[in-house]
Amino acid sequence: MPELIAKPALDDAPLSLGACRLEAVELGSITSIALFPGKEKAADKALKPLGLSFPAPNSLVQKAGAMLVWTGRDQAFLIGAEAPDLAGLAATTDQSGGWSALRLTGQKAVDVLMRHVPLDLRLAAFPVGRAVRVSLGHMSAVLIRDAEGFLILTFRSMARTAWHELEVALRTVAARG
Amino acid sequence: MRIAGKGLIDRDKPVRFTFDGKPYQGFKGDTVASALLASGVKVVGRSFKYHRPRGVLTAGSEEPNALIEVIGAANQTPNVRATVQEVFEGLTTRSQNHIGSLRWDLLAVNDLMAPFFSAGFYYKTFMWPRAFWETLYEPAIRRAAGIGRLSGRHDEGHYEKAYAFCDLLVVGGGPTGLMAALTAARAGADVMLADEDSRFGGRLLSNGETIDGAPGLAWVAEVEAELAAMPNVRLMRRTAVTGAYDDGVYGALERVSLHRPARPDTPRECFWRITARRTILAAGALERPIAFPMNDRPGIMMAGAVETYLNRYGVAPGQRVTLFANNDGARATARSLMAAGVQVAAILDSRETASAVEDCPVYLGARVTDTKGRHGLRHIKGNHALGTFELETDCLAMSGGWNPTVHLTCHMNGRPRWSDEIAAFVPSEGAVPGLVAAGAANGTFTTHGCLSAGAAAATAALADLGIKAVTPVAMPKAEGLPYAIEPCWTVKGKGRAWLDFANDVTTKDVLLAAHEGYASVEHMKRYTTQGMAPDQGKNSNVGALAVLADATGRGIAETGTTTFRPPYTPVSIAAMGAGGRAKGFAPQRFMTSDQASRDRGAPMIEAGLWYRPSYFPKPGEATWFEACNREVAMVRGSVGVADVSTLGKIDVQGRDAARFLDLVYTNTFSTLPVGRARYGLMLREDGLVMDDGTTARLGDDHYLMTTTTAAAGLVMRHLDFIHQTHCSDWDVRFISVTESWAQFAVAGPKARALLNAVLDAPLGDFPFMSCGQVLVGGVQARLFRISFSGEEGYEIAVPTRFGESLFRDLLAKAETMGGGPYGMEALNVMRVEKGFITHAEIHGRTTAFDIGMEKMISPKKDCIGKAMAARPGLLGPERQQLVGLKIALGTSPCSGAHLFTLGDTVGREESQGYITSFAHSELMGACLGLAFLKNGRARQGEKIRIVDHLRGLDLTAEVCDPVFHDKEGEKLRA
Repeated sequence: MPELIAKPALDDAPLSLGACRLEAVELGSITSIALFPGKEKAADKALKPLGLSFPAPNSLVQKAGAMLVWTGRDQAFLIGAEAPDLAGLAATTDQSGGWSALRLTGQKAVDVLMRHVPLDLRLAAFPVGRAVRVSLGHMSAVLIRDAEGFLILTFRSMARTAWHELEVALRTVAARG
Repeated sequence: MRIAGKGLIDRDKPVRFTFDGKPYQGFKGDTVASALLASGVKVVGRSFKYHRPRGVLTAGSEEPNALIEVIGAANQTPNVRATVQEVFEGLTTRSQNHIGSLRWDLLAVNDLMAPFFSAGFYYKTFMWPRAFWETLYEPAIRRAAGIGRLSGRHDEGHYEKAYAFCDLLVVGGGPTGLMAALTAARAGADVMLADEDSRFGGRLLSNGETIDGAPGLAWVAEVEAELAAMPNVRLMRRTAVTGAYDDGVYGALERVSLHRPARPDTPRECFWRITARRTILAAGALERPIAFPMNDRPGIMMAGAVETYLNRYGVAPGQRVTLFANNDGARATARSLMAAGVQVAAILDSRETASAVEDCPVYLGARVTDTKGRHGLRHIKGNHALGTFELETDCLAMSGGWNPTVHLTCHMNGRPRWSDEIAAFVPSEGAVPGLVAAGAANGTFTTHGCLSAGAAAATAALADLGIKAVTPVAMPKAEGLPYAIEPCWTVKGKGRAWLDFANDVTTKDVLLAAHEGYASVEHMKRYTTQGMAPDQGKNSNVGALAVLADATGRGIAETGTTTFRPPYTPVSIAAMGAGGRAKGFAPQRFMTSDQASRDRGAPMIEAGLWYRPSYFPKPGEATWFEACNREVAMVRGSVGVADVSTLGKIDVQGRDAARFLDLVYTNTFSTLPVGRARYGLMLREDGLVMDDGTTARLGDDHYLMTTTTAAAGLVMRHLDFIHQTHCSDWDVRFISVTESWAQFAVAGPKARALLNAVLDAPLGDFPFMSCGQVLVGGVQARLFRISFSGEEGYEIAVPTRFGESLFRDLLAKAETMGGGPYGMEALNVMRVEKGFITHAEIHGRTTAFDIGMEKMISPKKDCIGKAMAARPGLLGPERQQLVGLKIALGTSPCSGAHLFTLGDTVGREESQGYITSFAHSELMGACLGLAFLKNGRARQGEKIRIVDHLRGLDLTAEVCDPVFHDKEGEKLRA
């Protein structure tokens, strides 16, 4: 009987260049929670034990290592916690292995992202607690700003390209000084 | 010739570069143009059509003559303006557009034939014989009239694209722009200040004016230092804002490292997309030439450029300079020259009444009527109010007045307004929403006026932005001499008078256009090609309009101007497409089995964005064909494993999930029992086939839809569209889980045995089209009994992180049973043998009827596309229908070949259909094709002719049922 070995999408070592750091991170469990019509309040009640509530569009809520990130109309990703029983309230889908997460931190993180993301990421326009669906170059991504910096989720199959694109941007921004 | 003590160049930093193979020396801060002028080089290029020797005309990005090639180790950039290219150690440049040397260009023979090369010459001359145009005339003309050359190699240089957002974008860093940026920045606005030049200061870099009693440049340095220290200001030098687009978006090209030797990781250029809430256009003005006879000699330059070369670069472009102007402002050039000790032969003022008091002879009412000096101006002739004159001079500085740089204000179809006061077009207010022109760009030509206008524009922008200005910026004192001008567009005389130097358009050409009926300004432009060169008419536009207006008896305002379109200055495609070369063109998608497949030497082929193994070569196999045949035999004889994770997987949940699928699919899914899968067909709204695949029922309110690889994204979008437009209130939610599961096909007579070797518990009764949960090494997996090969087949899915591990395990176990992995080639052969369709067949133009599946459109319910699929013309014998073709072994694959009835002529109208898929089938002992054939289902057994024009094939095939192998499906159900 085989023993299956779990493998991350990326095994690159963290990259620190200039005032920026790029790192592949394991987020653990990711569950998509898609509310059924009219079930927002009931779902909020079910999410209460986690200290979370369903986030408003383009935002996230966080509590004790778990976060609920808005990812679309009536849809949010619960990251870092097991989903409570939401039967009849929301469709829940395991998305854990489907996304690759990159953590981008440092003073010039916005400059790096501006090479690929057509969105105003200045702190005033995109403060901590924002989460958006956005294109990263030609890829679809979830972009999150939390207290640490940015968290970028892309399709697992595209993780290599995402890393490469950001690495080039990191090198370029560092070289430009 | 350098003038001691003058200029902003760093004389402690000499720089060596080459031009046409010859070494030259300049200083840090020089452009190629200033360094060549300092070295006494007069001829720097050849004109486009007549191949006339040309010298530097301007000192800015509008330069029409001094276009050079810059040769790098990996790049060759043509049409670089020598007036913009800064010199650096090791820079290699070359002149362009000549055969033989620059000085003795063989194509200069064109100049002797000039009388024949009038406007419209090509249209009139090369009409006949028609066939000669493409083969002879055009290549010859292009050879003679091309400008820069490309290397013909890929441009592997590093380019960059970036986005930026700001409150206020200031375009141009002269007095207006600096004052605007400072005013807005002090108030706390997020400001971007962009200037195409390498230094801020604008005209102050050239004119030596004072501000607050000190040199203007001291003020510039002070403002620049203050701005640089503010966190809310981004200073962008060498950045030309090239286009204004919707919603406050501006395109800008930054020359990041074109001014220095290449460095690792530093891009050559960056193409910016800047979104600004407000924009101030402070791009200044461009001086315009006067069209006098033979005005294109090297040594004839713009007066403002002569001033720039003198004051900024410390270069005197001539030893005995003459000024020919129609305005007061140009006098400053003559005064600067004299102050620097350069001899001024005369000031020729075209106006009858103007001051004649200067430290050199001044002729009023003067006109230059002829010039001499092929490789450099020597001599001019002319007349003035009191008679005629002849002068020895090696540099003629001309000024026909200044045109505000209105270009950006025209990019959204705004039309500039004619101002009689300054005899120039000025921007129309509100032409680009959120953009205001100020300073010289708005027709204000004094430094004092520019500073005030910059401050006022910024104050207005701040009010719009809702930002309160806290510290008012004190207005510096500056010069405010009036700009007095009387138009002087052309001088009549014997020789040609150039308007557009870059494209060799003369006043005569414009007159001819008017004479031949091309009196509209847009027609004149296209007939003469005026304004169509790299400078886009920056130097010639208004002059040409004036000539046209005169010829057609209208005023300039009435004649109007042609449309300025983006980009303002040339933008390299490489910068706009930065990062998109080679593998950067699209994201690469890798399956979890990717490394394991590559480890086995499998060549990977692109399937959409995915990379999939083509075949798995074994030692001794010389071609893909041998490997493919072995893999097919392996699957049909024992067991094969293939990664099918690329198929789209969509999880559908909710009380209305079944109802939703019934609406989406032509067939019914509400009746599907839990634990079963069904093949489904999906139509577009227009009734044509969208996609197909199997959908499994995992629970009462839970389905898993499978799409083809190609249409995974398309189907997701389709579902979203249907949900939002037809049934947004339904209790249904769906999400892609393609990336969440790694899925492997296990097919062949030993498939069940292989599965049992990896499953935690042996598989019980699991009939064809079952689905269920199984455990692999304690991991929850999904198992489906489906087949795309015609053999007993399963697909097993595990969470993606376990994909590689399971794939390697499956292969290891399969190999002990005489099985192994199979690739796309074998997969394709087997599905053709089985008559299964892919997007080669459902390519967007075929209906359910065409593929023989019209019975799958359930009569008991409605579905998307049902009504439209029943339209006349979509059902019947006139349709090309899916058939199989059997051809003798040994013929080459020929998808795309057309079918003809035996005995028919082979022509477009006789085509009976075409081949969509093709496979060499050892199993059937024949080459098999899937094809669409007119009324095909009724023609089984008929012999048909295949003509493949691309491969030069002409074959005969037998029409048959598309399912060749195991028609009854006994193997699948085994």
